[in-house]
Amino acid sequence: MSKLNEESWLYTISSKKKLIDFNFKEIWHYRDLLVLFVKRDVVTLYKQTVLGPLWYLIQPLFTALTFTLIFNKVANIETGTVPPFLFNLAGVSIWNYFSTCLTTTSDTFKSNEAIFGKVYFPRIIVPLSIILSNLLKFGIQLLIFIAFYIYYYSNGAAISVDSSIVFFPFIIVLMGLLGLGLGMIISSLVTKYRDLKFLVGFGVQLLMYVSAVMYPLALMRDKLPNIAWVVEYNPLAYIIETARFMLLGTGTINGFGIAYTVIITFLILFFGIIIFNRTEKTFIDTV
Amino acid sequence: MSVILKAENISKQYRLGLVGTGTISHDLNRWWARIRGKEDPYLKVGAVNDRSTKADSDYVWALQDINFEVQKGEVLGIIGKNGAGKSTLLKILSRVTIPTTGEIKTRGRIASLLEVGTGFHPELTGRENMYLNGAILGMTKAEIKAKETEIIEFSGCQRYVDTPVKRYSSGMRVRLAFAVAAFLEPDILVIDEVLAVGDAEFQKKAIGKMQDISKGDGRTVLFVSHNMAAVKSLCTRAIVLENGTSVFEGGTDEAVSFYLNLGNTKGGETLRYFKEEDFEKQSFFIESVGLKGKHKNYNDPLTREDDLIINVTLIKHTLEELVVVFRFKDDDGNIIFVTNSKDAQMNLDKKGKQLLAMHLPNFFFNEGNFSLDVMITNGKNNCF
Repeated sequence: MSKLNEESWLYTISSKKKLIDFNFKEIWHYRDLLVLFVKRDVVTLYKQTVLGPLWYLIQPLFTALTFTLIFNKVANIETGTVPPFLFNLAGVSIWNYFSTCLTTTSDTFKSNEAIFGKVYFPRIIVPLSIILSNLLKFGIQLLIFIAFYIYYYSNGAAISVDSSIVFFPFIIVLMGLLGLGLGMIISSLVTKYRDLKFLVGFGVQLLMYVSAVMYPLALMRDKLPNIAWVVEYNPLAYIIETARFMLLGTGTINGFGIAYTVIITFLILFFGIIIFNRTEKTFIDTV
Repeated sequence: MSVILKAENISKQYRLGLVGTGTISHDLNRWWARIRGKEDPYLKVGAVNDRSTKADSDYVWALQDINFEVQKGEVLGIIGKNGAGKSTLLKILSRVTIPTTGEIKTRGRIASLLEVGTGFHPELTGRENMYLNGAILGMTKAEIKAKETEIIEFSGCQRYVDTPVKRYSSGMRVRLAFAVAAFLEPDILVIDEVLAVGDAEFQKKAIGKMQDISKGDGRTVLFVSHNMAAVKSLCTRAIVLENGTSVFEGGTDEAVSFYLNLGNTKGGETLRYFKEEDFEKQSFFIESVGLKGKHKNYNDPLTREDDLIINVTLIKHTLEELVVVFRFKDDDGNIIFVTNSKDAQMNLDKKGKQLLAMHLPNFFFNEGNFSLDVMITNGKNNCF
C-alpha cells in the first residue's frame, strides 16, 4: 500500500539534489512560454526607437567597417582574395551571436530575479529563449551578409561558397550551445560571487582577439608561432574559421579542430546544465 | 478524500548578514565535509528565528520541522505574524527554493500566486502580457486562448487590452494580472496575500472568485493572509506558524483565535490593569483602571468575540462633579470612538469610592490594535 502510494506522487520537493535533473517532459509543457519569451525579447528590444530592427544591421556593419579600416587598411592584415569587408562581416556576425548569447545568458539569474523569486517554471527556459531570440537576430544579420556577398560576387570578387555549406547550421548551433553552456556556468556562479560579472565584461572582449575574428587562423601561426596555441586551443577560433571557410572558401578546415570543438562544447554544455540545475533550486536565497 | 500534498520535516536555514569573503571558506568547508561523506557542518548551528533577539550564530532556521498534510479539495489557511516563516514556506511550496531538510510530496500540479503580474513587460500590450503571464504561471497558449474573453471581461480592462501596459494605471495592471491568475486551473493553488489589491469593488470580486475556486470547483488551495475575515470565510483548516515552527493546526476558528491570542499575550503593549500612585490629584484618586472580557479574568487574552468591560475605580475626596471620558484610538492614532459618563447619565458627584463600569458588545470593533485613553475632567477646563 505504502509502496504504491510513494509511486503515485507527481513530484517531490526535496532537499536532495540529483546530479542531473533534466525533465524534458516539463520543459515541453512550458514550450509556449519559451516561444513567448523569444517573442518578448525580439519585440521589445527596440521599442520606441526610430530605426527599430535596423539596429540589428547597423551594429555589425559598422563594426565590420571599423575592423576593415583598422586591421586591413592600417595594420595590413591579408585576407587573401576575399574582400576584407566581407571577411570581417562574416567574422563579426558569427562572433556577435556567440558573445550576446554568452553575456545575456550569464545574467540569467540576476536579471530574472523578480520572476524566479515568485513563480516556478523550468529555469532553463530563459537561457534557451535567449539563444533562440539571438539566433533570429543572427538570421537577419545573415541576410545582410548575403546581400553584400551578392554585391561583391557580381563585381567579380574571387569568392565561392564551399559545398560544406550544408553543415553551416550545424556550426551555428554549435556556437549557440557553447555560448549557452558557458553562460549557464557563469550565471550560476554569479548568483553568489558577483566578481564574475566584471570578468565577463572584459573577458568577452579579450576572447574576441584570440578567436580569429578579424584575422585568418593561418596568419596567427605564421606571425606568432609561439603563442598561436592560445588560438588553436580555443574552440571558438575553429568555429569561426570553419564558418568562414564554408561561406567564403577562405582559410582552412580542420577535421581534428572540429572534433575537438564538438567535444569541448558538449563537455561545457553538460557541465553547464549540471551546475545550472543545482543553482536554480536555491539561488533565490543567495542572489 | 485523499492526501494531495504532504510535507515532511520541512526546515529551512538561512545565513544572516552579508555574503562576503567568509562565504568562500564556508562553501569550502561544506564541500570538504560532503566529500568525506559527513553532514553539513553548518546545519548543526543556527538558532530559532526570533527577529528581536540578537543572534549568536550566523545561521538561522526560518522554518523548523514543519509537517502537514492537505486533503484534496481542502482550503488550508496559513497564518502567523511577520517573520513567522509563512513566505518561506510558500516559496518552498511553489518550488522557488528548496528546503534545507525534509521534503514535500504532491500528487498535483502546484501553481503559486505569490505576487500578481509576475513577468509583466511594460512595453507589451495587455493582451500580450496576458499570454506571457499565463505561460509563466504554467498555462499553455491554448488554455489561455480558450479563456481570453473571460479574462478580459473579469479584469474590466476591455478598452485597454491593446495598449502597452506601461500606460496602465497601477490598479488596472493589478486587475489584469489578477484576472489571469484567477483563471488558472492547477490542482493545487498557493496564494499569498494578493487579495489586498485593487479598489473595494474589485476586492469583493476577487474574494468572490476565490470562493468559487475553492468551493465551487473543489480545488485545493493553500492560502496565506493576515486578513482573518478572509481566512475565516475561505479556509476549512488552518496552520499557525510562529518563529518558524508550527504551533497550531486545526479548525479555522480555533486557529484564528489561537493566532490572535498569540499576539495579545506576547505583545505586552496592551496594558490592561494598572494602579499608579501618580494618578493622585487633589480632588480624587484613581484606584484602578482595568479592561477585560466578560466572564474572563484580567490576564486572559481578548478576542473579538468577547463582550468587553472597562472598570474604573475612583476615590473622590470632594463633592465636585467629575466626568470620565473614554477615547478609543486605532493604530494610526485616529480617534474612532468617544463616550463619557455624562452621556450615560451618570453623576459622579458623591464623595468616596466610585465604581464605574463600561460595557462594549462583542464584535464592536473590527480586527486591529486599539488603544484606550481614559480622561477625567471636572467639566470645566481641567483634564487629568
